[in-house]
Amino acid sequence: MNNKIISPSDALDIVKKSIVKRRSRDNRLKLFGRIAIGLAVCFLLTLFYSIFTKGYPGFFQYYVTLDIKFDRERIDPKGDLSDNSLFDGEASKIVNESLYSIIQPKGRKERKIAKKIVSSGKDVRIAKMVKNNPSLFGTTAIVKFALDDDVDSFLRGYIKRETPENERRISDKAIQFIDKLNEEGRISYEFSDYILSGSASGNPEMAGIKGAFIGSMLTLSVCLLIAFPLGVATAVYLEEIAKKNRITEFIEVNINNLAAVPSVVFGIMGLAIFISIFGMPRSIPLVGGMVLALMTLPTIIISSRAAIRAVPPSVRDAAYGIGASKIQVIFHHVIPLAMPGMLTGTIIGMAQALGETAPLLMIGMVAFIVDVPNSVLDPGTVLPVQIFMWADFAERMFIQKTSAAIIVLLGFLISMNALAVYLRKKLERRW
Amino acid sequence: MFSFYILVGILLISFVFFFLGKNQAKKVAYTNKKKLHSLIHYYGLYSLLSSLIPTLGIFFAITICDDLLFAELIKKYIPDEVVNSKDYNFTIVLAQINNSVEGLIFGTPPEWVANAAAIWKSWVLKSNTITMAVCTITIFIFGFFSLKKIQYEFRSRNAVEKIVTSILAVSSMIAILTTIAIIFSVVFESIRFFALIPYDEFLFGTIWNPQFEGADRAGSGQEGLSQYGAIPLFAGTFLISIIALCVSVPVGLFSAIYLSEYATSKERAFFKPLLEILAGIPTVVYGFFAALTVAPFLRSSGSIFGLNVASESALAAGLVMGIMIIPFISSLSDDVINAVPQSLRDAGYGLGSTKNETVMKIVLPAALPGVVASIILAVSRAVGETMIVVMAAGLAANLTANPLEAVTTVTSQIVTILVGDQEFESAKTLSAFALALTLIIITLAMNFYALHIVKKYREQYE
Repeated sequence: MNNKIISPSDALDIVKKSIVKRRSRDNRLKLFGRIAIGLAVCFLLTLFYSIFTKGYPGFFQYYVTLDIKFDRERIDPKGDLSDNSLFDGEASKIVNESLYSIIQPKGRKERKIAKKIVSSGKDVRIAKMVKNNPSLFGTTAIVKFALDDDVDSFLRGYIKRETPENERRISDKAIQFIDKLNEEGRISYEFSDYILSGSASGNPEMAGIKGAFIGSMLTLSVCLLIAFPLGVATAVYLEEIAKKNRITEFIEVNINNLAAVPSVVFGIMGLAIFISIFGMPRSIPLVGGMVLALMTLPTIIISSRAAIRAVPPSVRDAAYGIGASKIQVIFHHVIPLAMPGMLTGTIIGMAQALGETAPLLMIGMVAFIVDVPNSVLDPGTVLPVQIFMWADFAERMFIQKTSAAIIVLLGFLISMNALAVYLRKKLERRW
Repeated sequence: MFSFYILVGILLISFVFFFLGKNQAKKVAYTNKKKLHSLIHYYGLYSLLSSLIPTLGIFFAITICDDLLFAELIKKYIPDEVVNSKDYNFTIVLAQINNSVEGLIFGTPPEWVANAAAIWKSWVLKSNTITMAVCTITIFIFGFFSLKKIQYEFRSRNAVEKIVTSILAVSSMIAILTTIAIIFSVVFESIRFFALIPYDEFLFGTIWNPQFEGADRAGSGQEGLSQYGAIPLFAGTFLISIIALCVSVPVGLFSAIYLSEYATSKERAFFKPLLEILAGIPTVVYGFFAALTVAPFLRSSGSIFGLNVASESALAAGLVMGIMIIPFISSLSDDVINAVPQSLRDAGYGLGSTKNETVMKIVLPAALPGVVASIILAVSRAVGETMIVVMAAGLAANLTANPLEAVTTVTSQIVTILVGDQEFESAKTLSAFALALTLIIITLAMNFYALHIVKKYREQYE
């Protein structure tokens, strides 16, 4: 450095000259910080915006209103309302006839096109209606049927009228029929009764998330039943009972490692241990729940330990002072006082488990399963995996349904996290 | 279903023993005309636990072992010509028999399958009876034994507390067991893989082209040779992680600086949880966002500049992964920056430096190890991330540094190989386990290193 002696007044001048530059540098850093946060928030909003704008229409779909004559002879030939009898019946023929009477197709070819306008789930719909309400027989009622997914996409404007006929998935004749139905005011855009109560289906207009949702709930309850007691027990043991020695240190290292292991590895473990060695069936919520429980265990243990550590020693001393044993102190005082913190950690762990996909792919919960699982031993799938499968399908309508399923999933996650925040704010005591 | 009923039965009976134990204690207290050592419900609890725990142990041991035993025994009933045939696979045969036991029959199974299924069914019935008998005997023996033990001198609270303590100790062992299970499941298959493919070919080979052995035999593969050089996978993982870091490090770091040094406490309380939402969004949602929003956007904006962006590109996956790991960097760095003692800042201000100078020349250098640790943790998160790359990065094992092309990663290869039907014992299936092993080693090493840095750094100020 230069050793020139600067007089105080010169020094003040130098500082004054540089101060503008230094201040502006300060402001620049502040601005960068703001931009960074703005960007992150912007990413978040874009994500939510793109999911919501795509997913909101997924809760709705186009229906056609038809007058159906409930003729018992034709719908239920055996007359006992059994599945077999209804399957033998001519429900879809009745629907088609009602459709033909409106749009009047000429010849077999046109009838074939006309038939395809209405979703293939029409006979199931009629069977369900008469099963729920046999008094419909003999009457004529107005029934709404879902339209085929290509027709739906056309009505939404994804398939353009201007596109040449051989390049779009819907023929000119079909468009003519749809226009005719529209003129008669028979086509309506309504809240879809498939998305929430339907199950997996290859037909996008009939696909719903009920099966995956129930599967998620079953998997999550298995996960909770295993992870919560185990996590709390481990936390209590490590914080309150175990002496600090090699073994407990080793356990702690293991817990930290497990928290860092990628989730897909837990899936591989489930595949190799539970399925290959223990011979448990694939795709069942029980195995899924067990894998997720092992995965969320570190989260629960770490937060439970923090909650136990936050209980002040004076509480323990008071309990010991009136003659309680160690286990009594733990079960009567420490655990109840630490419970809000433990629950918060557990809810966050469960939210993690609810959104997890990769380990469940490994243990085969990707199967295409139409039946809604009734128990933890029935093959099933879960919401995130359903989203993953739907995202792979080519039909335009599946994009909306996928986004709708994502909205449901995010809704659950957000409410779980909100509950955790609420618990932390309201129940956790500051000592 | 049957096991469920037995389980309920065991619970009910042990509950009965709770009351029997309590009664016994009352009787003892009455005959001795003195107060007992422990509170009365401890005697009941003692009976309950000492009848329940051994019975549950035996029950689970039987239910887990019987299927394994049957699988071993049924081998005798598979005819020799099937065993000796070329494409004999015991796992598939076993699945066939199991399906037929459960009444899921596709077409007409061969006669021996039906026979084996019938034998299996009879075994199941037998094992059910045996389970029930053994469980009943155990629960009553242990139950009555515990009742016998309830005498005046017996200190039941101490006994119960001993049992509870050991239950807690055993549950804390689960973490160790899980680690062992993970290592066990990956290492053994990896050893078998490296017996087939030399490890230097795996680690340094530049072509990844796994094929099922069956394809070779059918003569459909080009040259018919599978190649297991994992370099393209490591390179793809690396490329995507770098892109992710380019997004998340500046955004995360500047957010952390702003939140810890400039923001008011209100701003902080609002923005910090908002950023953490990003970490709570399921990865499958990010994958969907990457594949259906970001990738088409990049494609169309790339074509404006005359660039050809693949529909599944490293860039799309990397960008979205970067968004996902922002909170890992911002939250951790924020904590570390906050942990820098206020006295250092005050010293800086005392010398007349601006906030910028204090942050850049004093606080950040002091917090640097922690910031580096947070970045390493974020990288290990990015390396292990699966769904985004499966959905958005593609499967083509290109060895390229061009972010506009499709690449594949370690995790997405694991998923593609292990999801769906697998050929057991084939090098392709085994390669997934070898990949998983490398993945575990890489992420754990990074994690250890990061924790080590944080620990060392903490010691400086405490």
